[in-house]
Order: sequence, then C-alpha cells, then structure tokens
Amino acid sequence: MTDNTLSAASRRRRSLPQINPVYFVLAALIVAIIVQNPAFVEPTGYMNFLKRAAPLAILAAGQLYVIVSGGFDLSVGSLITLVVVGSSMLLNNDPNATWWVIAVMFGIGAGVGLINGLVVCYLKVPSLIATLGMMITLNGFAFMWSGGSPRGYLTDSFRFFGRFNVTDLPLIRIFPVAIIVLLVLGFVLYWLMHRTNLGRMIHAIGDNPRAANLAGVRVNRVRIIAFIVSSLSAVATGILLGGFAGVSTDVGMGYELQAITAAVLGGAQLLGGRGSVPATIAGALTLSAIFTLLNFLGLPQPIRQVVQGLILIAAVAIAMVRRRHTGR
Amino acid sequence: MSDIGMTPPRFTFRFERWAPALLLGIALLAYVGIAVGTGQTQYLTFENLISILGRSIALGITAVGQTFAILVASIDLSVASLISATAVVASVVMSGDPAMMAPAVAAALGLGLVVGLLNGLLIARFEVNPLIATLGMSLIIQGCLSAFVSNFAGSVPAEFQALAYGTVGGVPFSLIFFLLLALAAWFVLRFTRFGSDVYSVGGNKDAARVAGIKTSRVVMGAHVVCSLCAALAGLYLASRLRSGAPWIGSDGVYDLESIAVVVIGGTILAGGRGGVWGTLAGVMIFSLIDSTFNLAGVDAFAKQVLRGVIIVAAVAFYTVRSRRLVA
Repeated sequence: MTDNTLSAASRRRRSLPQINPVYFVLAALIVAIIVQNPAFVEPTGYMNFLKRAAPLAILAAGQLYVIVSGGFDLSVGSLITLVVVGSSMLLNNDPNATWWVIAVMFGIGAGVGLINGLVVCYLKVPSLIATLGMMITLNGFAFMWSGGSPRGYLTDSFRFFGRFNVTDLPLIRIFPVAIIVLLVLGFVLYWLMHRTNLGRMIHAIGDNPRAANLAGVRVNRVRIIAFIVSSLSAVATGILLGGFAGVSTDVGMGYELQAITAAVLGGAQLLGGRGSVPATIAGALTLSAIFTLLNFLGLPQPIRQVVQGLILIAAVAIAMVRRRHTGR
Repeated sequence: MSDIGMTPPRFTFRFERWAPALLLGIALLAYVGIAVGTGQTQYLTFENLISILGRSIALGITAVGQTFAILVASIDLSVASLISATAVVASVVMSGDPAMMAPAVAAALGLGLVVGLLNGLLIARFEVNPLIATLGMSLIIQGCLSAFVSNFAGSVPAEFQALAYGTVGGVPFSLIFFLLLALAAWFVLRFTRFGSDVYSVGGNKDAARVAGIKTSRVVMGAHVVCSLCAALAGLYLASRLRSGAPWIGSDGVYDLESIAVVVIGGTILAGGRGGVWGTLAGVMIFSLIDSTFNLAGVDAFAKQVLRGVIIVAAVAFYTVRSRRLVA
C-alpha cells in the first residue's frame, strides 16, 4: 500500500494534527456570505441560517451511521415525506394530538429502519437496492395515506420544533428551537458514534465485516441499529421540516442525496469504516452555506445544481488524492 | 468471497444461471393467472405481449448500457439526465428538418461519448466513488440543460418518428432495434476481448491488473458504452414524444429503474457476474408486473408500494442464498 521510503516532508506532514478540511471550507464560505451580505452577522441572520440548515444536519448525522457501517440509506427522503404527510393526516387539526403523533412517527421510523436492516442482513440484499425499494414503497404509502393530495395542515404545536424561536434573550435576541434540537441530537449522535462501543463496532463492521465478525462483533445486530438510527434521524428531520415547509408529497425529495453529499463533504468514506459526526454536521452546514451564497449572488436554480455537482465530485476527488498521498 | 471454495460439480442445476428465467416464468404465470382469473383472456395474444414489451424500450436500451457499468463493479446514476439532454439536443438540432437527422444523431451520440469518457475518467483515474461521480455528473448535466431549456424544445421530423412508430411485419421497428442492440451487447460480452476484460475487472480488479489488463481503460470503456446506450434511449424518446424536454429522463426514473432491472436480471452490484440476457429478462419482468397490475386494476399508489416490495423480493431471491456479508 504505502511507500516504504517516507520522505521527511511527508513524515512531518503526518505528525501535524489533522484538522478536517471541511471546517476551513465552511469558515471560508461564511466569510464570503458575510462579505456579500453584512446583515448575516446579526443574530437573526446566522440564527435563521442555522435553523434552515438544522434538518439536513440531523439527517446527515444519522445517514453517517449507515455510511460508516458500509451501506447507504436512500429511504430517508421518502420517510421525511411520509412523516410530514402522515402527521398532517393523524393530527387532523387537533393540537392535543401532537405528542402521540410524534411518538407514532418515531415508531414508524424505528419500524422502517428495522425492516431495512433485516432485509440487508438476512435477505442479503445490497443496501442500495433494499433502501431504494423502501424509498419507492414509502412514497407509495405517503400517496395512499393522503389520497394523492395531502389535505389539512400541521398544528402550531407540531410546528413548534421547526418554527418557534425563543425570543427576548440577551445578546443573541433569538434562539430557534430547531437549533436546540440540532445541538441535543447532534451531541447524542456524536456521543454514540465516538464515545461508545457501539460506535467502534459500527466503524469495525464498515471497515472489514469479516474481521469484525471474527473479533466477536454481532455484525447483523450492529448493522440493524445503524439503519434504525438513520431512520429515527429522518423522522426528527421530518418533524423539523414540517415546521417550515408546507404539507406536500415532495417535501423530502432529494434529501437522501443531500445527506450523503454532506457526509462525503465531512470526509466520510463511502463503503464504510471512516466518518465523523461533527465533520458531517459541518458538511451539512457547508452545503447549506453554498446554497445560501448562491442565493445571495442571485444565481438561478440550474446553476445551483451545477455547482452542487462540481463540489461533490471535487470533494471526493481531493479526498482520494489526499488519501493516496498520506497513504491512509 | 466466501463461496469461491465450493465449486459445484459438473452438470448440476446452477441456480444463478437459471434464476432470471425462473423469475420471468413467475411473472408470466402471474400475468396469465390474473388475465384468466379476471376473465380478460383477450389480452393473452402475441400482439399484446409485443405491445407490453414495446412500452419499455427506453428502459431496456438504458439497462443494456447499465449492465456494462455494473459488470465492472461501477454504477451510473447520470443516465436519466443524459437521456433528457440527448433528447433535447437531437430535437433542437433537427427542429423539424429531415436533412438534419444525421447531424442530430451524431450530436446526441457525441454528447453521450463525452459524458461517458468524463465519468470513466473520474472513476478510473481519479478513483472517485462511482456513485458520487455519476451523481455529480447528473447534477451538472441537468443544471446545464435546465439553464437553456425549460419546456419542450425543437421538434422531430416525421421521418425520424419512424424509429418509434414504424413497424416491420407487425413488430415495432424499435423493438427489433432493441433486440439487435441486446444481441450486439451479448456478442461483445461473450466473444470479444473487451467483454472478457469487463468480467475480469468486475470480478477482481487487482487480479485483473496483475494479469496485465489495463483496468482503467476497461472501466472507461464500460462507461462509454453505458452513456452511448443512454444517448440512444434519449434519441428513441425524442422520436416517440416528437420533441425533447428537460424532464423526460428524470420523470421516467431511468437511473434507478435501470439499476433495478439489471439487478433483478441477476447481475450483481459487486460486479463480474451477470449478463445482458438477464437484463432482458429483468426488463420483461418489469413490464409484465406493470401489465399485471393494470389487468388486476390495482390503484396507482398501491402499485407503487407493491413495486418497491417486488424489487426487493426479486433481488432477495438471488441474494438470500449467498453466505457473504453484505452492506
């Protein structure tokens, strides 16, 4: 793999503390946004930015569990749609129903993750196909449940998480609830991934499932848990998105790919074995910052697509070149 | 990896080889069963079978190309937007003028060639994960396309519409074209050096490289084939819709459906095993399932739910017996 003769320069480079480049990119983008729009330094500016980015950040952190374990979860986008559509149907404009509806949604999410995991582990269907099938199925369910045209709307008590701001705070003035949710869930996901045995086992099965199995890791159980974490984070994302987006059958469309993009920007290795929750969240913020910046520049939607494509390819290509140079 | 050790004795029933045919048989039985069961036997004619197949020509052409990409252990998610792009390019270049047919076809195929080369270059030379490389490419193509056109653009002369609507002795010309393409793909995979290289590289890239195969060239070749097939599908759709629009590829979900069809046809995502006939069976299974639902009068949304379940079940049909650890 690696060169036997490491040059002095590369040895020194390797001994330097490695800071994930995504943080530099994010910082540069934020500076660019501030230059474009000085109002961004006001609390309302950056708080609103974080609020809008929170759903994607949570989703990407959950997706990271599946990516690090060596798979993909394409079903999260349609799960978001199902959560938003299903909640509006179940709530039926009754504010008192909020809590049990949220509980039901998390139950559905856990079920979806469990089925994904079982299909991958016991039917041995590659996760790409298994979760693709789940994506099609869940989209169908969302349509069936709403009869094709979602009616009703989400109650304000349900929208609390995505929309409400804590106001009248000293110094920062507003603090959206969505950011509190992001901080709490982000910390939980960080702790599970980087401070527990579960996280190490997820890394192990993604790196080499056979070796992990021989070392005594219950590969199937760990993999199923990874899929459940991803689905639960999708439900949380759906609840947040329900707060600011309307009820429609395409709220979650494209989110699965954005989540994978965010994880990749954060340096996660596709097909498993490497990834970091904070860097993934930074990746999600980076992606949102790019979109915000393009918006400020007044670029139309097609250009945003092109830029997203270029960034995606460039991020992975640079990561591969770096990996080859550092030999890791 | 783990099942290499158990080489089967000769003349035994090899499940893997016959599984696509078996699945096709099941789908056919379901179709006939529903038709008889609901008393709609008028649909059990040869003409109807041909019309069922005719509905999935574009998917079939795309899937033949996708087979090459998946056989080298790669994947191509950019086919859907490439289909839109080539359809629009062809229809704009023609703009109703029969004399411009040849340049239009050349332009569409040229675009396919460039996209295939770029995909291959990114994947083989820069070692970008194929999923990400082709997804990024898809975003770029779609973005460029939407920047210029937002609706049906250009038009296709009547002569070119013959590709989709003409018939030869009752059989649609497009179906013959598709079968010839599949035959050619089978020939390439079975009898040419490139074909055997495709299987070697997909089976074990390092071993193939050590054996002296220029692996990156093979991967690039497979992606060029895949993109050219998508370009052909775009030309076919332009001819059928009489014009090109920037959403025809993504509306047909040709990227994910072509992958599903290839995998249902027994080509494994890890590469190196499978072939065009399986893909053909997969396409037929897909269109039979759709027709069965139509016969049974399944509601459109329930149809989608069942489709998702069937895709997973069909793939599980192959994989459940494997003993390897998958992700």
